[in-house]
Amino acid sequence: MTASAKPAASSSAPQYKVLGTRPIRHDGTDKVTGRAIYAADLHLPGMAYGRVIRSPHAHARIRSIDFSAALALPGVLAVTSAADMPDLKNKFADLGEGRVNLAHLGANCLAQGKVLYRGHAVAAVAAVSPHVAEEAAKLVRIEYEPLPAVTWVLDAMKPNAPLLHDDVFTESMGQLSDKPSNVSRHIHFEQGDVQRGFAQADVVIEREYRTASVHQGYIEPHACTALWNQDGHVTIWTATQGSFSCRQQVAELLELPVSRVTVVPCEIGGGFGGKIPIYLEPVAVLLSRKCGRPVKLTMTRSDVFEGTGPTPGSFVRVKLGATRDGKLVAGEAWLAYDAGAFPGGMIGPGCMCVFSCYEIPHARVDGYDVCLNKPKTAAYRAPGATQAAFACESVIDELAERLNIDPIEFRLKNAAKEGTRRVDGPVYPRIGLVEVLEAARASEHWNTPLAGPWRGRGVAAGYWFNIGLKSSASASVNADGTVTLVEGSTDIGGTRTSVAMQLAETLGIAAEDVRPQVADTDSVGYTDVTGGSRVTFATGLAAYQVGLDIRRQMAERAALLWECDPALVRFEDGVFRTDGRSITFKELAAKLHATGGPVVGRAAVDPEGPTHGFGAHIVDVEVDPDTGKVTILRYTAVQDAGKAVHPSYVEGQMQGGTVQGIGWALNEEYWFDDRGQMRNASFLDYRMPTALDVPMIETIIVEVPNPDHPYGVRGVGETPIVPPPAALANAIYRATGVRLRELPMSPPRVWAALAAAGKSS
Amino acid sequence: MAKKHHLSAVVNGEPVEFLCEARQSLLEVLRDVLHLTGAKEGCNNGNCGACTVLLDGLPVNSCLVLAVEADGCRITTVEGLADATHLHPLQQCFLEDAALQCGVCTPGFLVAAKALLDKNPNPSEQEIRFELANNLCRCTGYDKIVRAVQHAAARLREART
Ligand code: FES
Ligand code: FES
Repeated sequence: MTASAKPAASSSAPQYKVLGTRPIRHDGTDKVTGRAIYAADLHLPGMAYGRVIRSPHAHARIRSIDFSAALALPGVLAVTSAADMPDLKNKFADLGEGRVNLAHLGANCLAQGKVLYRGHAVAAVAAVSPHVAEEAAKLVRIEYEPLPAVTWVLDAMKPNAPLLHDDVFTESMGQLSDKPSNVSRHIHFEQGDVQRGFAQADVVIEREYRTASVHQGYIEPHACTALWNQDGHVTIWTATQGSFSCRQQVAELLELPVSRVTVVPCEIGGGFGGKIPIYLEPVAVLLSRKCGRPVKLTMTRSDVFEGTGPTPGSFVRVKLGATRDGKLVAGEAWLAYDAGAFPGGMIGPGCMCVFSCYEIPHARVDGYDVCLNKPKTAAYRAPGATQAAFACESVIDELAERLNIDPIEFRLKNAAKEGTRRVDGPVYPRIGLVEVLEAARASEHWNTPLAGPWRGRGVAAGYWFNIGLKSSASASVNADGTVTLVEGSTDIGGTRTSVAMQLAETLGIAAEDVRPQVADTDSVGYTDVTGGSRVTFATGLAAYQVGLDIRRQMAERAALLWECDPALVRFEDGVFRTDGRSITFKELAAKLHATGGPVVGRAAVDPEGPTHGFGAHIVDVEVDPDTGKVTILRYTAVQDAGKAVHPSYVEGQMQGGTVQGIGWALNEEYWFDDRGQMRNASFLDYRMPTALDVPMIETIIVEVPNPDHPYGVRGVGETPIVPPPAALANAIYRATGVRLRELPMSPPRVWAALAAAGKSS
Repeated sequence: MAKKHHLSAVVNGEPVEFLCEARQSLLEVLRDVLHLTGAKEGCNNGNCGACTVLLDGLPVNSCLVLAVEADGCRITTVEGLADATHLHPLQQCFLEDAALQCGVCTPGFLVAAKALLDKNPNPSEQEIRFELANNLCRCTGYDKIVRAVQHAAARLREART
């Protein structure tokens, strides 16, 4: 069961009326009755259906594309390929996550000259029905000249590796390499004097870790419908984590002003980072422009696996040194992450997170961003952090064992806290790692002995920054005292409600009295993506400021009624007061028309973040020595939420992230053959956890308020995926005496490791 | 183009007639012909359960059923669970217990859970996990889904006594 740990300063903790309660989500009824419209559910009059033709090769030159047979098929309306895209060579754009090479972005949507991975989109057709489109797709003749492919990050770094791009050079310390390379970037962070640090250590452990690519695995495949209207205006209905970033990407690629593109965000069936990039949208727009009808494009499940962002495969080496009394003194990490087919993967956050849980006076981190023949990687929940934590938290566990110190105690001795400087520079403000570890140590789970053969308990910590970024919102007061809230953040997991609750709290009304709507890009101010665990924090902050704006305007109306100075009107507990007189929010709302007309509050914010999310997980496993299968007996996730706005959805994020982390740890992986072909592109062969594979996930929410948010909110969505692989590896070790250093720790791999140690039967 | 077949079925209690091609799945016909888009396509090959509907009372992956096979059958989709004024207890408990995040798996889970409770009004946690293992959810980690099904089962039992 969930047990909320006492807030750090319980006596001074603010009392909230709405925050911390569990109202039913506002969009809930539509989602349990099947009425909610997801992108694939959209149906427009005259709609055509498209199909994307994808590369069967992992790496090849495109010799020719011949559409003639496809065009001759009755019912085919349009065809397209990269030839219809503007030439974007050397054009860059700032898409909110740094400079993006538009030529690469475009070539990922429709291949230019070369295909770089199996599943790479090459061409597309539109037809009167999905089946005709499918038949037409088979009639498009594409000639390829296959090239050698590479799918493992260390292989791709070798000087003689097949080269993906002749315009990618290694950037290191502001310098570019003189020859093109698959390595697009070298990152280096350093603090203190690493050599001196290791000289102070009594124990030094250095290990290497490997992880396979995994997919975000959202259940809804990508889908969108685009209409290039006769007046030249483009409308896109799509499943996206960011309607404004989708709008900007499409506009940049097709060289349209952003005002000519409207993105209507549909309900979105999961994203986890993978629905930030665009794939289908520009292709649907090109097809619609040619046939003058709305064109719907949907992916199949294998399209999703083969054509959209997995997370990087990685190689990480971590070396840590500690003194006999358990103080970390030095650390060194070397990380190589694959970026997939185009540069710009998740290595940056990997490097920033690898030592982020600890105070290590002397540390050095080197990281490499490497192109190879896999789909372009996309963010996946705390992108880059899980691989790094698998390595670091496994070495931490070994050190604790070697020093004969309890693993939570060892982490507490070295935990980052306010004032700790992270290796990449920032100094932490008030953070909650110590409280999280203390709550883990005090948990019923940790204090219940685990007995039995082949059983073991593991623990690991995890961190994700969480971002701030830009959000807009507005709200109008209705005559019945309710408020209609309009926001730009697409809602993947209940954020309409967590944002509406913050407006309700600010206005002293019930959560149910706010009606939140997610609007299209013409109906609300610019809002960044739903990602980085930022919506409840940043869009919540916007909602709070909207509430203040409404309060200010309403106080003026009260002052008008009372013929007093607005500065003398106070707002407490949902009631406006001045000496001797009072009026409730609801009563005043009914009088707006008589006091000057409608009240609309608005806010646009750009908080810096990060909001620093720390977690710690405890897991009990039993390992079957005959098969290598790992069964999870019990799991507890502890996390600092700052302030849990809607505790059920905070728990839900912790449980969902944990189970994704369990899948990553124990089963999920892209299998490539030696021609770079993914051999398991279905939910049958790419095995995500089912209800039968996991137990209940116990949650403990810790609340150390974030000083940078009026209600103390921190992001919560991403952190919970970070600890599971390390926690499970540490548990498997305690159960078997064998340490696994490669993900996934699937039954064959565990069995082989046991066999190698002479432990399997 | 292949000639279409003329079929009739009872969908969510209402008799319907429709035309379909032999190659169209029941899921396609429900979504594209009858515009019942509650059942979702997550994989189109029987591995995610998002398309689960009841065919003569039994749960099936509608992406694996050809529409022509459903001729003369009773079909229940998520749209048929609530009555005009009330949600089904499963729907209500999914909302109260926060058993959905993105919600795309929810129609399949609700229909599969209904099939389970129809035959077993008091399932154990393990039975629920076993019966729902055909349905993938990537958001929730299943904890709150299992609890919501237990909760709805209790409510349905109460209503019966
Ligand atoms: S869509 Fe039918 S089982 Fe996945
Ligand atoms: S709630 Fe998103 S897949 Fe289940």
